[in-house]
Amino acid sequence: MELSCKHVWAHISEYIDQSVHAELREEIERHLEHCEICSAILDSTRNILVLTADNRTFELPLGYSERLHERLKRELSGEGTN
Amino acid sequence: MTAGTTGAIGEGREAQLIARILAGEKELFHDLIRPYERMLYLTAFAIVKNEGDAEECAQDAVVNAYRNLARFRGDSKFSTWLVTIVVNEARQKLRKAKRSKEESLDEPLEGEDKEYTPAPLTDWREIPSEALERKELRETLRKAVADLPDIYRQVFTLRDLEEMNVAETAAALGVNENIVKVRLHRARIMLQRTLAPYLKTTAPARKGFWGRTPWS
Repeated sequence: MELSCKHVWAHISEYIDQSVHAELREEIERHLEHCEICSAILDSTRNILVLTADNRTFELPLGYSERLHERLKRELSGEGTN
Repeated sequence: MTAGTTGAIGEGREAQLIARILAGEKELFHDLIRPYERMLYLTAFAIVKNEGDAEECAQDAVVNAYRNLARFRGDSKFSTWLVTIVVNEARQKLRKAKRSKEESLDEPLEGEDKEYTPAPLTDWREIPSEALERKELRETLRKAVADLPDIYRQVFTLRDLEEMNVAETAAALGVNENIVKVRLHRARIMLQRTLAPYLKTTAPARKGFWGRTPWS
């Protein structure tokens, strides 16, 4: 049975996570071999995930780490207030 | 990429550190939390959506974790325990803020039968990670994540930015694993819809950046 594009999209997240069962995985891969649209959707989704997960995308505020340890230091020395 | 939340220092060494801290070497708590600084901030930020509040939540969570370390039994991972603490801190802060603002929830209903279909493209080219040197691209990515409905953004942050697994994410947010999967799927599709058309037009022509290797 030939998978529809819609069916592939419905499983795209699980496919990326490699959590679809083997049979479905094969069907999806067969579909991707000839479907440019689904291949582009899959590639673009993966690429977006790589880009958003990059540490440069979400940067920590400047001095965040220092202030965190400073606060912890006060707590450890018994000056912690809350 | 981030080091993930599996504990950059290893679970064995982590357990040793915890034992030594509890036995009195409290200064070691600094080392214990160091691998999780980013996770603490991003998790809080996904909930409170504000830099200052997120930082405060992260600090409060660290102090709380220190004060309650003896209660950590080691039947879950330290990272999972810690993320649960910061989620609670952030939710408390949000509740306080909402109470003062009487704001309505902007979250979609879980059962909403909206279609989550990706944006169709044919000539997609990968954006090389060097492109992130461009401030504009980083801002576009951040905005797209910020614009996700709250419940989707939270799952996305834990799963895809912090690389926690489904079970850990479910435990931290207090939802079941299936909800994590559904929300993650929707979050990813929404990001693809928003970002792919934009990235497609701004992508420099370059192939073979990372091909078909599994993302995870």
